[in-house]
Amino acid sequence: MAAKMWVRYGLVLAIFCVMVLASCAGKTGNGDLAAQQELAEQQRLEEAERVAAEERAKQEEKARIEAERLAREKAEAERREAERKAQAKAAFLDTHVHFEFDSFALTSEAMKVLDAKVVWLRANPDVKIMVEGHCDERGTREYNLALGDRRARSAKKYLVDSGIAENRIATISYGEERPLDTAKNEAAWAKNRRAQFVIR
Amino acid sequence: MKTGGMGVASKIFFGVLFWLIMLQGAPMAREAVPIIDIQAPSLRKIPIAIPAFLPGSEGPLLHEIAGQGLVYLADAVDFSGYFKVSSGRETADFPRLEGIVASKVNFSLWKNQGVELLATVGLAVDGEGQLEMECRLFDVIQENLLMGKRYRGPASDFRRMLRLFASEVLFQVTGRQGLYESRLAFVSDSTGHKEIYICDYDGTGIRQETRDQSIALSPAWSSDGNWLAYTSYVRGNPDLYIRHLEGGRGVVVSKPGLNITPAWVPGAFQLAATLSFEGNQNIYMLTGHGKIIKKLTHSWDIDVSPAFSPDGKQMAFVSRRSGSPQIYMMDMESEEIRRLTYEGNYNTSPAFSPDGGHLVFVGMRRGEGINIYRMDLGGGTVVQLTHNSGDNEDPSWSPDGSLIAFTSSREGVSRLYVMTAYGTDQRRLLSMPGAQTTPRWSLKPVRF
Repeated sequence: MAAKMWVRYGLVLAIFCVMVLASCAGKTGNGDLAAQQELAEQQRLEEAERVAAEERAKQEEKARIEAERLAREKAEAERREAERKAQAKAAFLDTHVHFEFDSFALTSEAMKVLDAKVVWLRANPDVKIMVEGHCDERGTREYNLALGDRRARSAKKYLVDSGIAENRIATISYGEERPLDTAKNEAAWAKNRRAQFVIR
Repeated sequence: MKTGGMGVASKIFFGVLFWLIMLQGAPMAREAVPIIDIQAPSLRKIPIAIPAFLPGSEGPLLHEIAGQGLVYLADAVDFSGYFKVSSGRETADFPRLEGIVASKVNFSLWKNQGVELLATVGLAVDGEGQLEMECRLFDVIQENLLMGKRYRGPASDFRRMLRLFASEVLFQVTGRQGLYESRLAFVSDSTGHKEIYICDYDGTGIRQETRDQSIALSPAWSSDGNWLAYTSYVRGNPDLYIRHLEGGRGVVVSKPGLNITPAWVPGAFQLAATLSFEGNQNIYMLTGHGKIIKKLTHSWDIDVSPAFSPDGKQMAFVSRRSGSPQIYMMDMESEEIRRLTYEGNYNTSPAFSPDGGHLVFVGMRRGEGINIYRMDLGGGTVVQLTHNSGDNEDPSWSPDGSLIAFTSSREGVSRLYVMTAYGTDQRRLLSMPGAQTTPRWSLKPVRF
């Protein structure tokens, strides 16, 4: 009975040992290969990620440059537009309607100038304006006040007839009180006989 | 005595027609008085002697008044442009008076000086310390008294007394008074802005009336001399201001468009002005409070610059109704309008002479520039008063009709000048910085 017991114990131990050994062998032989594979995989992934990041960065840089270009172009366009508007406004303010001596009749040249005013007023529908009537220094101060009034009203009438709302246009006469050029010659006088536009 | 004035007159006018009227209210003499004939082709200055005043007593006060007064009177009489004044200021051996009354005057002595008139002034202080000034005007040729006046008042008033006497002296030749008590309103840009100023008849005593720092234009006197109407841009628009000269109360007429060229109706608290709130520049009659009484003109073109005849029955104005600015006359009762100017295509700024017989105006003629013309309203004859001397504008008669003030650019910048109603003796009225325009002489005072 006792011998049989020892055999039994020996067998169990042996199986145990084998099992332990077996498990140890699995750990050293098959285990190394898997780790290598894992590492390689990891490196591959990391590489892919790096490449992707690089690609992303490249794309981002490209997008940034593109956005910058667009912004620049937009700013440029806006600047040009603002400049164009400023130029249009300056032209509106600085181009005057001129008249013959002692006359408030609109010449064909005057009508061309007024047509440009109409275009600008249509493009700027919120703007209200004042038309100033001016005269040259010749002639009588008092009479010139009345003549300037008629010149301003002539210009206003043309604008209203061209479809600009009447309540956007006020008039005032300065007679000969505000010459542009104080020289005493025909060139200066011609410059001073004008309807001038200001924004209210 | 009756022929005394005529003796001078025949010397004065060289066979030119003249009228006689009776001098009313002169206490020491009643004279036949010649009136200068404005139709005469030229004006000959009447030589007058104004020797040193005679103080009735010793003392520094009368001595000082005598000294200052002589200069003041001589300048005042000379300013009229109607006299050639000798006062002994230049010549040391100029005769002195022995007395101020006819019996003490050595007429042959003055005849030898080449004068036709002699003015004597005596000074005294009465018991109350008041200054008594006795003034006489003699006809040296006829050796008689033409006019005498006695003035009494505080010694500080001696200039005023002498202005009254100068007025009487001028009255002897023009038949009208009012120069020496008159004032002028005008526009100057001395401060950099056009403001209205007032000065005495001779360009002295300049004072600034407006301080708008804007553009002030077209001052107009009421006939009582208390109100001034003018246009100012101080609120942006050319508005009409009607202001009392003392205290500044008044109103603003600020209709849309023009509120310009005021002219008071003589003897009434009413004025005409051009307004354009109805679209056209027409003349309206307003109360002194700025309310519209009626529309006077109904033109489709420019009507500006009304000017009333002294009786208020006629209104001259400028209209473009014929296509160029011309002067028209409206009968205020019938409202009939007739055209007065036909020569040239630019005639503006009408102003009536105080006797109502003449109109001065501004005309622009090709090649001749801008000049002042005088029209006889009876016959329509036109005489040119300024020639070849820059642009001449804004004529305004003195209230006695002896002088015309105007603007001229003859020395470059626009300045104020005066001339006699004949166009003689053209000279600068005053000196101040900048440009001066639009002299407007106060009217002969009429209460209303």
